[in-house]
Amino acid sequence: MGNDVLPKEVIQQFSDSLVSDSLISKRLEDKNFGDVMVVGGGVSGIQASLDLATAGFKVYLVEKGPSIGGHMAQLDKTFPTNDCSM
Amino acid sequence: MEGKQGDFNVTLKTKPRYIIEDKCTGCTTCVQYCPVHYPDSFNQDISDNKAVHVYFSQAIPLVAYIDDSCLRLKDKKCDICSGVCKTGAIDFRQTIKKTDINVGAIILSSGITPFDPSAKEEYGYKTMQNVVTSMDYERLLSSTGPFEGEVLRTIDRKHPKKIAWIQCVGSRRVTQGDNSYCSGVCCTYTQKQVILTKHHYEDVQCTIFHNDIRSFGKDFERYFQRAEQLPGVEFIRSYASIEKEIPETRNVVVRYATADDGVKREEFDMVVLSVGLNPPKAYKEISEKFGIELNSHGFSKSDSSNPIKTNRPGIFVSGAFLGPTDVPESVFTASGASAQTGELLDYRRDKLARERIYPEERNVSGEEPRIGVFVCHCGANISSVVNMPSTVDYALTLPNVVYATEQIFSCATNSAKEITDIAKERGLNRVVIAACSPRTLEPLFRDTLREAGLNQYYLDMANIREHCSWVHARQKDEATQKAQDIVRMSVARASRLEPLKEYGLRVNKAALVVGGGIAGMTCALSIANQGHEVHIVEKSTDLGGMARRLHSTLEGLDVQTYLDNLIRQVYKNPLIHVSHEADIISITGYLGNFTTTLETEGRIKEIKHGASVLAIGAQEYKPAEYLYGENDSVFTHLELGEEIAKGNQTVINAESLVMIQCVGCRNEDRNYCSRVCCGHAVKNALKLKEKNPQMRIYILFRDIRTYGFREDSYREASENGVQFIRYTPEDKPLVEAVKEGGKDMIRVTIADPILGQRLELDADVLSLAAAVIPTESTSEIARLFKVGLSPDEFFKEAHVKLKPVEFATDGVFLCGTAHYPKHIPETINQAYGAAGRVLTLLSRDTVVTSGSISKINKDSCVGCMACLTMCPYDAITYNMGKRICEVNGILCKGCGNCAATCPSHSAELRGFDSGQLLAQIGAA
Repeated sequence: MGNDVLPKEVIQQFSDSLVSDSLISKRLEDKNFGDVMVVGGGVSGIQASLDLATAGFKVYLVEKGPSIGGHMAQLDKTFPTNDCSM
Repeated sequence: MEGKQGDFNVTLKTKPRYIIEDKCTGCTTCVQYCPVHYPDSFNQDISDNKAVHVYFSQAIPLVAYIDDSCLRLKDKKCDICSGVCKTGAIDFRQTIKKTDINVGAIILSSGITPFDPSAKEEYGYKTMQNVVTSMDYERLLSSTGPFEGEVLRTIDRKHPKKIAWIQCVGSRRVTQGDNSYCSGVCCTYTQKQVILTKHHYEDVQCTIFHNDIRSFGKDFERYFQRAEQLPGVEFIRSYASIEKEIPETRNVVVRYATADDGVKREEFDMVVLSVGLNPPKAYKEISEKFGIELNSHGFSKSDSSNPIKTNRPGIFVSGAFLGPTDVPESVFTASGASAQTGELLDYRRDKLARERIYPEERNVSGEEPRIGVFVCHCGANISSVVNMPSTVDYALTLPNVVYATEQIFSCATNSAKEITDIAKERGLNRVVIAACSPRTLEPLFRDTLREAGLNQYYLDMANIREHCSWVHARQKDEATQKAQDIVRMSVARASRLEPLKEYGLRVNKAALVVGGGIAGMTCALSIANQGHEVHIVEKSTDLGGMARRLHSTLEGLDVQTYLDNLIRQVYKNPLIHVSHEADIISITGYLGNFTTTLETEGRIKEIKHGASVLAIGAQEYKPAEYLYGENDSVFTHLELGEEIAKGNQTVINAESLVMIQCVGCRNEDRNYCSRVCCGHAVKNALKLKEKNPQMRIYILFRDIRTYGFREDSYREASENGVQFIRYTPEDKPLVEAVKEGGKDMIRVTIADPILGQRLELDADVLSLAAAVIPTESTSEIARLFKVGLSPDEFFKEAHVKLKPVEFATDGVFLCGTAHYPKHIPETINQAYGAAGRVLTLLSRDTVVTSGSISKINKDSCVGCMACLTMCPYDAITYNMGKRICEVNGILCKGCGNCAATCPSHSAELRGFDSGQLLAQIGAA
């Protein structure tokens, strides 16, 4: 990948060939290459990461604390069913 | 961080844990031996933890870390943990690690920081032991908290008998160090804490000192009523301040005032400060590093036509960094950020992501049942009532049970691993989880079985929480007995479980969006921009919906220009097809493969699609009260906005204008708050004051609910001379048409609680905050799509917190005011959220159907069609040739209606067949 975003059409032509497709993936994996970085592992960051991963993207979830969960993990129970927030 | 959208280079610095993550098993032996006690930040520093510890019992990853209080890190004194760790996971040589990562987009979901009241002396926090914050109180209530779920005073370990909550701490105040905005979540979380406190201790007196009660969200009003009606709970509308601590008892004296009694002082055993939400601590750093702008409060600066987007292309924001938000909004803005990232990076979807691979399924059909029973404490939810060891011992006496154990949280990652490991070691071929309802966690435990190489239908969940510990909290012995009965029944059924197969179905890549308002169009555009065809179904002749009648937002958006642009984009997009004047006739099919038939502009049209989004909006209540429809000077807020935009001189030049809030809702007919009206009233008032500063404007309200940053506008209106007068539902304003000096006027009479006398306001114009109500077609659309309605007849989402934009019916999603009244920026966020969730379905090639479906024995079926009439999913058809009924396994949802109805016992639900159920009942 260069510094510029290639137009969508170019990428699609490029990826039509299976060989070059897998080659890109390989090279990209080596370089800590991802699609998206999510900053913050609270309920919102976790949901964004899950949705992106399910929709076909490689995600780096970055959290400054020792565990994901954020403030919601500290809550006891939640409105309105009083379900456990974990 | 540098670069631009599509190509950001980020350098991450990872703090050392001093633990090798791959080696740590989370066994916590090191924690037991560590000699350093240090305040536990997860428990708000109320209790201690050790220098080496696991952040909390369900932490992910579940590995220990060593913090700065470690003696070894300070002066190389101690090395106990290295000695006791059997796996050699302790590593003091670790240093800060730098990693360079290249990504195409960034989502900032940095959350909030609770307001810190210790910054202001007046709150008494940290100086008085029994003044705690609401965050501290959450930990006190929690079973994993400092006192394992007992609410105790730290100083003397006594149960408080009188607790006060003080609302709006740090919020709605313009004083130095406080926030001017409303944090939006505190009213409802306080009500939750009151309900939970009363659940813990029936005899506790709870007093809540509040300003307005801001129950503006879905079901909030009912929740408030539930809290208010509890015995020993008192809501007092008064500013309250903390006066002093009584030295002997350490009780806290609160000073407040009521209209009847004047200034009062009252002593409480504990005072909870309901603290608001501040921007994330590092907000300045985040803004500088990522080059994004902030608003004056330190949250991300948003454009109200798309709050999730930042000023920097390729960087998005989700959750509370957008401004104070609750959990559902944090969740759907996350899905919304995911959708906008998808629009940007669609060209590289599926290039890097990898499928998860499960071990091969073991064939156990020839084996005798070997059942493992895992009894979950659920923190203290179950274990504080049900005797755990005796339940485990009892399970071991049951036939076919070869293993039983207890777990603190069976749903935690380490427990799931324990289950798979034990299943493999002990050769288990059936698993019983004695824990909660299968509603939320059954998919997780099925996944656990797959990881163990077992068919996922070899699982049974014994519900000893909702069906036992929660309802029999005060009868411990009987509850333990009942838990054992439930486990016995579950084991009986598990012995007879069979492996079931699931099938993959192709997904049709198109989406159907019902409703062409802002929500529907925004959602459709986002889906189309990710390469999918979208069909918009609009019942009227034009796109635009309710927004056609709105002209501006409080944030200053020019709605009509925005709307025209949105409509243009929709018509220009080659992947979007719009059907006008459309009525849906029928929907057939299932997740990933729907067929919708509709009549549009006189023609019948059939659309095939994989997902459906219901964005049919809401409508305005037509008031039957306050002379509406009888007098030309009476408008609704929506109409008033239109008149102002049109430049109606009678309205603009009025000398006096009265607004009445809560018309048609917050009453017996509609027990909810319409959420938008307070903001709407303030917006109209500000517009009018701008055009005619001399106009006298009175807003008659019950609670002003300008939550979030709207509070600033409320303040502005008040400063501009708009008068706010409170009324109660028992003493509503009286409205009559009068002639005053030859002029037609509307006389509004209201009791003024401050002056204690009746006020007569003669107005040229009266504007009513008419409720936002579901559309006439909501219930019909709900019937067609087989989705649920909530008590107020808006659409009911699958889960209030975790699935806010989807229905319990698979493949059907929702957004906009059809879910609940909401402002335009909120609608836009939710529409992107729905698009994000739709993409998690449409970007897949196949979806998997459930294995637990019905079968009809073709030899015994007599073709009476009783099952066919009972099936709510049209999954059963009559085969004319064979004269029997047949099940379409893809449509079948496994409800079991057919099995219950069939007179010849030919219909059976797999996984719940007669043999299994009778065994379960027989064991009861």
